This record gives sequence, C-alpha cells and structure tokens, in this order.
Amino acid sequence: MLYIERNVMSFEKKNTWIYGLTAVLSAAAYFAIAGSQIPTTPVTQIDYIVPMIAAIAGSIVLSILAIIAVSIAAPSEADKRDERDRLVNRRGDQVGLYVMSVLAIVPLGLAFAEAEHFWIANSLYLAFVVTAVVSSLVKITTYRRGF
Amino acid sequence: MVRPTRVTNDIRRLRFEHTEMTQAELADKVGVTRQTIIAIEQGRYSPTLEMAFQIALAFGVPLEHVFQYPDKE
Repeated sequence: MLYIERNVMSFEKKNTWIYGLTAVLSAAAYFAIAGSQIPTTPVTQIDYIVPMIAAIAGSIVLSILAIIAVSIAAPSEADKRDERDRLVNRRGDQVGLYVMSVLAIVPLGLAFAEAEHFWIANSLYLAFVVTAVVSSLVKITTYRRGF
Repeated sequence: MVRPTRVTNDIRRLRFEHTEMTQAELADKVGVTRQTIIAIEQGRYSPTLEMAFQIALAFGVPLEHVFQYPDKE
C-alpha cells in the first residue's frame, strides 16, 4: 500500500553510525599497534605519537569518505536534517560532554602524578574514543526509542 | 515498547484521506525528513508546536484534528 513506506535510516542517523564506528575501528587499530608493545617495550620507547595521529586522521578521512558514499547512494536524503535530528544530536552531545568531563580526570590525575607522557596521551585519547562511542550510542538509542 | 509521549495523532488516516499522500510527500510539505514523519506517526516523537501547526496546515485542518492529548491520567 502506498501510504506506508519502508523506514530507512535518515542521513543524520547514518552519520551517527559512521562517526561511532570509525572512532571504534581507528582506536582498535591504534591500541592493537601501541598496546601490543607494552609487555615487551618500556613505554618511554614506544613510538605512539605517529600511530595515534594516523588513527585520528584516519578516522576523520574514513568518516568523510563514508559520508560521501552515503550521500552518493541516496542523494535526495543527503544533508537533510530537521528539528528532531538537532534535538537528538544535542542530547547525544550533552551526554558526551558529561562523559568527557568525568574521563578527563584520569589524564589530569596522571599529569599531577608526573606519569609518563605515554599514559597521559593514551588515557586522553581513550577518553575521546569512549566519549564518541557513548555519544553515538545515545543518539542511536534516542532515534530508535523516541522522546 | 512504551510510548515516550502521550500525544496521539491521526496523521496516517489524514494522509489516506488526502489522496493517499505518502510520508515523503508530507515530509516535503512540512520541510522535515521522512523518518521524522514516521516517528511522529508511531508516537516516538512529539513535534514542536510549530511543526505540529505546519502538519495541520499541510492537511488544511485545525491542530486538534491532527493531534490529541488524553484528558485523564
């Protein structure tokens, strides 16, 4: 019947999935590389800076490419957002801000304790990743359950 | 699933009565995404007053013909 249509994801919801997944994938790749060296190499000698920058840049590039692919696949829906999308985004970002505020205590504490830069940088990066994942999950759940 | 809003609506019926208007057509008239119209129809999203008026205008009916709110707890 014409008046009930298939419920496909909105452009913004697809973006939310892309943002969350690319954050997880890039972080998993980074921690697999840097983390695997911890048991065998002193942390002062682990080259984590280049892999971390590569993971962050890779995540941004990957998400841009995915958004371009999604836009090409459904050009009529591309870049469409409305009040519901803005409210969902606001809710997710708000929770993300709370999570980041709490998690930022860890690198701050490590800096106060004069821990190695490796641990401070990695705990901060992990905080960003967790924030991105939680924020994305809140948005996806809000889209699904409604409000 | 528990409905997150107590606001109910007759959008689906009104679309049917208006030459079987599709969700996409209504979304275009109101200037929102089709998924938002679906969410409103399913009671998963309670629109702002402004969007509610725009939906009523799209059907050419008063607001209360589109949206209802139960008067009992």
